[in-house]
Amino acid sequence: MAAEGRLFIRLAQRAPIPLAATFDCAPGEVLALTGPSGSGKSTILRCIAGLDRPPDARIECAGEVWLDTQRRIGISPQRRSVGLVFQQYALFPHMSALGNVVAALGHRARAERESRARALLASVHLAGLEHRRPVELSGGQQQRVAMARALARDPKVLLLDEPFAAVDRVTRHKLYRELAELRRQLAMPIVLVTHDLDEAAMLADRMCILHRGRTLQIGTPHEIRTRPADALVARLVDLRNVFEGVVRAQDAPAGRTRVEWRGIVLEVAHAAQFAVGTRVAWTIPVGGVVLHRRDRPSRGERENPVAGMVVECVELGDDTTVGLAVDTTVGLGVDGPAAAQITLRVPTHVARRNGLAVGVRAGASLLAIAIHLMPWRDSGRDAQA
Amino acid sequence: MMEWQALALSLKLAGWTVALLLPAALAIARVLAWKRFAGRRLVEAALAMPLVLPPTVLGYYLLSAFGANSALGRAFVAVVGHPLAFSFAGLLVASLIFNLPFAIQPMQRAFEAIPADVRPAAACCGMSPWRIFAEIELPLAWPGVLSAMVLTFAHTLGEFGVVLMVGGNIPGETRTIAIAIYDRVQAFDTRSAGLMAAVLLALSLAAIAVAYSTSRRAEPAGGG
Repeated sequence: MAAEGRLFIRLAQRAPIPLAATFDCAPGEVLALTGPSGSGKSTILRCIAGLDRPPDARIECAGEVWLDTQRRIGISPQRRSVGLVFQQYALFPHMSALGNVVAALGHRARAERESRARALLASVHLAGLEHRRPVELSGGQQQRVAMARALARDPKVLLLDEPFAAVDRVTRHKLYRELAELRRQLAMPIVLVTHDLDEAAMLADRMCILHRGRTLQIGTPHEIRTRPADALVARLVDLRNVFEGVVRAQDAPAGRTRVEWRGIVLEVAHAAQFAVGTRVAWTIPVGGVVLHRRDRPSRGERENPVAGMVVECVELGDDTTVGLAVDTTVGLGVDGPAAAQITLRVPTHVARRNGLAVGVRAGASLLAIAIHLMPWRDSGRDAQA
Repeated sequence: MMEWQALALSLKLAGWTVALLLPAALAIARVLAWKRFAGRRLVEAALAMPLVLPPTVLGYYLLSAFGANSALGRAFVAVVGHPLAFSFAGLLVASLIFNLPFAIQPMQRAFEAIPADVRPAAACCGMSPWRIFAEIELPLAWPGVLSAMVLTFAHTLGEFGVVLMVGGNIPGETRTIAIAIYDRVQAFDTRSAGLMAAVLLALSLAAIAVAYSTSRRAEPAGGG
């Protein structure tokens, strides 16, 4: 693999926060580190910057080894050429916006520092505010100063630690657009830490799902949302329809795997890796559940039909989220009643036309191609999270 | 009559105390503010002892430590040629120890008040540890450092108990202005005592005024 400009990370430690993370990030790529609080996201960024030093790790960036505990190599943060935007920005409170940026330009010739700092502040839309101190700037403006300061180092990697968490919603959306614009001019790997999945999906090329310091899955936002590696990932990315089943048949010629779920046999796209009799988790995106029209039945209804009672019907603008308590022949298991509830989303006008409301009976089809099977193991092991 | 020699000695003692204590206290205050190590609380408690210990008690132990029966006392005589006790050097050592909490505590609070990520941010900006100290830490902690220096200076000017115990009352060597005031009162020379007391009062007021005005001015910028 070409190492030019690329960032490679392998970290392992037990305390204070357990880590077992491995990932890489290409130049120009935005990789989002996502996971619940305490999953080690910020710690990983601090390790890349050289502020924390795990006992067993290797960090390589743009062909330079920054940390290799086996070979006893450890470069100081000063010599790593990292741009880091801290969660609360960590601006120098006694310096102006310009001073903050100039402070990170020590590697450039003295004569060009100020003009370079002014250009950077202008590139983050802060021209005219150079002489304000951090307390005299709004949250969004402070974040921009922090961004300009991080870029001032001409870093080989840009690290963003929850850079949008401390600003209001309107400012946040403005800053999203600015980052999306800015990143097109940036040629270094960008690692974004966020607990907000929508933010990660919107800004990142790939997501890395972390749980207790462990990388569970790396993939595009779409991959992770539609094909989570296991039930734990599915839960961490807040998928609604995650259930348990048992593989009953493998029909390779027909390209089908049959999974039994609470007495209902579902046809699923062929998944050869699961032997007959294996306990699996399965998930279906809310968009993969198709409501049956009550007035005019159609052919599609033969695909994994389920029927049940509407137990939830929430209008959210143009869409309505419907919870369907599916009639199952097998009694409710350890998962409790919520586990038999399938969530689907329909346009609000469709919900109205079909008279959907709590207490009404309805049918739906689970599209075979949208059903994704996953190993069951992880969901049990970390269930208490 | 004003004893200029005593005042000069007091100022000299206070000046040397501040000059020697400043770097040491800066180093200790930074460690206490940011490093977590076993026995940190114990060290903090030990450094705060001079605040609660009666000056005569501290002076008594220092006198014992300086005496010819102690290793320190003998070593000092061997090197310098005269005993540590009842000398300006002995007075200075006592003053340094006695002022530890006055110098360290305001600096420690000031360093602790620097937002946690600011120093790592400076390192990520490529600033060397020395530049971080000079351009980030010191300016941000400056009000605390200044008030520590002022407190130490003022406190040394007025110190009486410890000075009397380890220094005695040798004009030009250990007779500070506080001792001189006491001496004049004993001799019923209230006019001289009153004059020198007024000078000391004015100096102390000026010191407090400086300390308060700088800390007040620094407050609005303290956040961020």
